[in-house]
Amino acid sequence: MAKADFEVPVLKQYPEIPEIEPGVMAHSSPFKSKEEFQAPLGYPGTLVDDWQEKAIDKMGELLGRYRGLRVYLDSCVKCGSCTDKCHYYLGTHDPKNMPVGRQDLMRKVYRRYFTLAGKYFPKLVGAEDFTEEVLNDWYSYFHQCSQCRRCSVFCPYGIDTAEISMAAREIMDHIGVGQKYCNEIIGKVYKIGNNLGLPGPALEDTLEGLEEDVYDDTGVEVKYPLDQEGAEILLITPSADFFAEPHVDGLIGYGKVFHEAGVSWTLSSHASEAANFGMFIGSYENMRRVALRIREAAIKLGVKRIVFGECGHAWRVAYSFLNTLAGPWDFLDQRYPIPQHICEFTYDLIQQGKLRFDKSQNDDMVLTYHDSCNVSRASRMGDRPGGQFDIPRAIIRATCNNFYDMDEDTIRDRTFCCGGGGGLLTDDLMEIRVKGAQPRVEALNNVMQEKGVTHMAAICAICKSQFTKVLPYYGMDMDQIVSVHQLVSNALILTGQNTDEDEEEVADEAA
Amino acid sequence: MSFISTIYAYVFYFAAFVLVAGLAAKVVQYARAPAPLKIPTTPAPTTRAGVVFRLTREVVFFESLFRGNKWIWIFGWMFHFGLFLVTLRHLRYFIEPVWAPIQFIQPFGIYGGIAMVVGLAGLWARRFLVDRVRYITSLSDHLILALLITIGLSGLAMQFLAHTDVIRVKEFFQGLYVGQIMLLPADPLLLLHLLLVAALMIIFPYSKLLHMPGLFFSPSRNQVDNPRERRHVAGWARRLEQSQ
Repeated sequence: MAKADFEVPVLKQYPEIPEIEPGVMAHSSPFKSKEEFQAPLGYPGTLVDDWQEKAIDKMGELLGRYRGLRVYLDSCVKCGSCTDKCHYYLGTHDPKNMPVGRQDLMRKVYRRYFTLAGKYFPKLVGAEDFTEEVLNDWYSYFHQCSQCRRCSVFCPYGIDTAEISMAAREIMDHIGVGQKYCNEIIGKVYKIGNNLGLPGPALEDTLEGLEEDVYDDTGVEVKYPLDQEGAEILLITPSADFFAEPHVDGLIGYGKVFHEAGVSWTLSSHASEAANFGMFIGSYENMRRVALRIREAAIKLGVKRIVFGECGHAWRVAYSFLNTLAGPWDFLDQRYPIPQHICEFTYDLIQQGKLRFDKSQNDDMVLTYHDSCNVSRASRMGDRPGGQFDIPRAIIRATCNNFYDMDEDTIRDRTFCCGGGGGLLTDDLMEIRVKGAQPRVEALNNVMQEKGVTHMAAICAICKSQFTKVLPYYGMDMDQIVSVHQLVSNALILTGQNTDEDEEEVADEAA
Repeated sequence: MSFISTIYAYVFYFAAFVLVAGLAAKVVQYARAPAPLKIPTTPAPTTRAGVVFRLTREVVFFESLFRGNKWIWIFGWMFHFGLFLVTLRHLRYFIEPVWAPIQFIQPFGIYGGIAMVVGLAGLWARRFLVDRVRYITSLSDHLILALLITIGLSGLAMQFLAHTDVIRVKEFFQGLYVGQIMLLPADPLLLLHLLLVAALMIIFPYSKLLHMPGLFFSPSRNQVDNPRERRHVAGWARRLEQSQ
């Protein structure tokens, strides 16, 4: 079990709604950004002198820019429906981690400066000046939100705390109070092309290594091309896929699927990152700048299609925003969705009967599936609403013999965030990450006890990294989290594969 | 007594003006602010008709609230549906002749009044009994509940305890249409009831009662899930594109 200098939540058999413990997470806040990380994004390096005035101005600007922000700040009736829905509240018991508690941190400032009632009767409606104390609360608690949107599912008006967290971070960045983790990473994308700062030669090296591994394993020359002009498909995948476990096993899987599909594809060193941290900090401009790299790469390489790898928030930006930010995509092949998710791609091939699987290759695992928050509640796959739930499950069922879902209240659009999304996947936020994972890990633990589940599959780089790190705090193993395309990779029978599974294949055909 | 009638007449002119103008200003403000990104909470409808259906379910059945919390849903729905029936019943004071459906609804309006008060009491009780809800409750939340429940109770009291002369009440409001101030019965319950209703109308555009128009403008509920099929760009975002 990993060591913690805080109390790791106890996993229960039945979920419990905790009593509130005000202020218990007030100490949790991420490292502040510095001049060198702020400047490339166009933000001041330290707290500006007239920060209060600047912040209110910025809030006014955002209220005019985003209808959602104003409607959400006006509409809350404090009914309480959201209060027990946030994984960070359930894991920490801090009422400022209830979605409405978090929203109120901004709402009280909004009311003070932008509403009649708050201007003249602040006490009555809970309006407050934007003081340094409030700013500190903002920095702390708006970095305890993973922008997973679970609250918005249960709100009678669809109030989405993610929108409010994003606006708060944008306002704070503009007065020089940025978060180091997100802003340093966005800078790396501008400079090098991906979040991890892996330069082209390093990527090439890694990909060559993968080709060798797959060849040794299967005897088939599966290619993992980089910057190949004229390829049909541009694959955009989170940079963690290049080296982290279990992410890289997913990348191996994508390559095998493309190989079997017989399509040419390539990665890009210029756009070697699917994730778009511009969304986390609520900056349309930075989000757009990151997204435009994909457009530039697609034009330069002359591809016809864009496919995204397994990455949750990335898929939100790709599915919901890419057309807005970096479109129109009139130069791509209009017969395919733009962009397409790798799961949609693989699923189509399965439907057409073009992939052959040996499911027994995954028999050492009993699987469950973690719906990643932003895939579930902020995007879609396939033609029908809810395809984002059904398509990954269909892939798992096609490649594995043993699959059980977790409790209904914790999957599909009611899924719990892994606890590390939205710019929180940094070691300086370990406590909130571990505590925020509690509801998900509890549901996982229950299917482990009841159904003998051994592994949990996911399609998000953040989820995978988060669980790898966090599961050991709960006495579980870090390798219990796997990629969906890792399962595909294990079970896929490549054409011409030198099989030590020949016998099983015969048995399969007989069956 | 005509002094009180005169005051009430002007109070209602003022209240009606604030309600209509304030709400209109707010709706215009919402409508003019762009929604630059597609952010429907998914799974979301992929067609306009689907969105209308989704919003109808939210307005009529409080679908999301039902999924969120059954207690709040029961009390909240009782209150709102009760208020809806009560409002229909009260239309008889404001239209002449009274339409057949409104005549038909009259007895149900009384049940509605009872349901409304019971629902409000349940919602108010939660503000004391549930620690999470207690934490998020501010003074204004209590006051709005007190206002609504007093309106409901004073109305029911006039039904069951001390009748007022409803014919003259109707004459009073009909008179307001043509700028004529008719005599209002000087019953304390009626005067209280009407004063609080006027107060409710006045605070409507400046309080959380804005959740009513808000729901229709909520991007997470009113957007069509079709970002890949149709490019969605807000005005200010398009200017960003042109500046490069």
